Amino acid sequence: MELTEKKFKMPGNIRRRKLVNSVMIILCVIAGIITILPLLYIFFYTTKSGITSLNLDFFINMPKPVGEEGGGMANAIVGSIILIGIGSLIGIPVGVMSGIYISEYSKNITAFIIKFVTDILSGIPSIIIGIFAYGLIVINMQRFSALAGGFALGILMIPTITKVTEEMLKLVPQSIREASLALGVSRWKTVLRIALTTASSGIITGILLAIARAAGETAPLLFTAFGNSFWQTEIDQPIAALPLQIFAYAISPYEDWHRQAWAGAFVLILLVFVINLIVRFVTRNKFSGNQ
Amino acid sequence: MENDTIITDTIDDSEDIHDSGKHDTADTKTALRTINLSVKFFDKLAIKNINIRVKKNNVAAIIGPSGCGKSTFLRSINLMHDLTPGAKVYGDIYVHNEHITDNNVVDLRKKVGMVFQKPNPFPTMSIYDNVAAGLKLNGIRNKSLFDETVEKNLTYTGLWDEVKDRLKSPAISLSGGQQQRLCIARTIAVKPEIILMDEPTSALDPVSTSKIEELIINFKKHYTIIIVTHNMQQAGRISDYTAFFYLGKLVEYSRTRRLFTNPREKLTEEYVTGKFG
Repeated sequence: MELTEKKFKMPGNIRRRKLVNSVMIILCVIAGIITILPLLYIFFYTTKSGITSLNLDFFINMPKPVGEEGGGMANAIVGSIILIGIGSLIGIPVGVMSGIYISEYSKNITAFIIKFVTDILSGIPSIIIGIFAYGLIVINMQRFSALAGGFALGILMIPTITKVTEEMLKLVPQSIREASLALGVSRWKTVLRIALTTASSGIITGILLAIARAAGETAPLLFTAFGNSFWQTEIDQPIAALPLQIFAYAISPYEDWHRQAWAGAFVLILLVFVINLIVRFVTRNKFSGNQ
Repeated sequence: MENDTIITDTIDDSEDIHDSGKHDTADTKTALRTINLSVKFFDKLAIKNINIRVKKNNVAAIIGPSGCGKSTFLRSINLMHDLTPGAKVYGDIYVHNEHITDNNVVDLRKKVGMVFQKPNPFPTMSIYDNVAAGLKLNGIRNKSLFDETVEKNLTYTGLWDEVKDRLKSPAISLSGGQQQRLCIARTIAVKPEIILMDEPTSALDPVSTSKIEELIINFKKHYTIIIVTHNMQQAGRISDYTAFFYLGKLVEYSRTRRLFTNPREKLTEEYVTGKFG
């Protein structure tokens, strides 16, 4: 069988095709640059403006009145950690377990409904979730609280974690589950010890990204955690959070506070950056998945 | 369903696999017996009224063209269809004279091990952990038992010398043939009585294949083996009995020598001589 190139006559418009090819490649490169430019710009601008105000005081001191030197955002940093902690306590178990349910036990309409609702939930504006937490917790407790803020963040994390868990579990080859079942291992142990373990690096990635996203959320905290200028670690009291503090400082008329807001923004970005680095580190050694 | 009469094992030159269709609980020679076994996927009938008897410490090979229901048959023996959406199993299967649904499915699968077509070691586990997986996942915590099991079964599958210095390295770092022998070691580590093999060598090179065939022949002393194979020469080399499946039916089930040299059915003859398939 001689399938030589001679049989295919080069089309006459080869030059036009080459031109179109180059134009499309250039367009793709431009699109790529447009994608990374804002990120680079944000990163460098925030670094430039924030790093000068960033010092140890920022991490260990409380906010000080305007004009006094050495104020920090210790309360907001701790507040954010508490809020994310509460959010993770709610978001991670619910997200992972519903992901397991959809992927491993779904044969029926309920799984479809959960999946559908999760997709919608991930598209709901975060401020609406804040309002939901307000109506459910703040009104009933008669005050703003870390609990309400953490709850809102938790709800926000659920769809991401559910989706990632489901998709990572679906990537685990069925043959691995069958191997386990064929050894006489029960279904739940197979899911927990084989499927979930095999998918774990991907699921951890998803959880960290969900946390990173929740850490930067401002809107759902506005009328749940509310913010606090004082040291507060009780979860039934209003609590400070980095994004809220940045917002409050940025709209203030004081130069000092503006600088602090920049530093806060820088810390937030750094946080997201570090979480992403951890993600890369966790997933670097892919000991899992499909061969 | 049109004509449902299928040829069961009424084979003249094999004195003792004649099946009356009735189940005799006093029978101690039989490892596996299926009676009118049918499997449906949604509305499609995959296998139809299969009656087979496999004697203890024998190797039974199942041959037939793609899509004839070989794997479907095999997977119904350890209830693997439980998880397949839309699969329904009809008829009766007895393993060592016990109906397979009489006991817990987990216990059944400990007795009836399975080796799959593609090597499927647990990717997150080391070589050691893979062999010990059956014990570990079933809640046993006994380090010395693990050590013993791992060494014994790896030795048995001829893998010990190749991997004894790197038991802690990931199982997926092994070659395909080694992985498959690891999977066999993992299967026999839970001490099954019957081993189901679903084309265990179809993804392997000739050298690995012959190693596994050797294993299977040695295994006869301890286990009953039912092996699905695409390779008729392989069936001829390793099996005592061969079943020929076609379009979901059991066409012929005879001693291997007879099935290949002097088949009763014309269809079988055409298949083994390569006229179709």
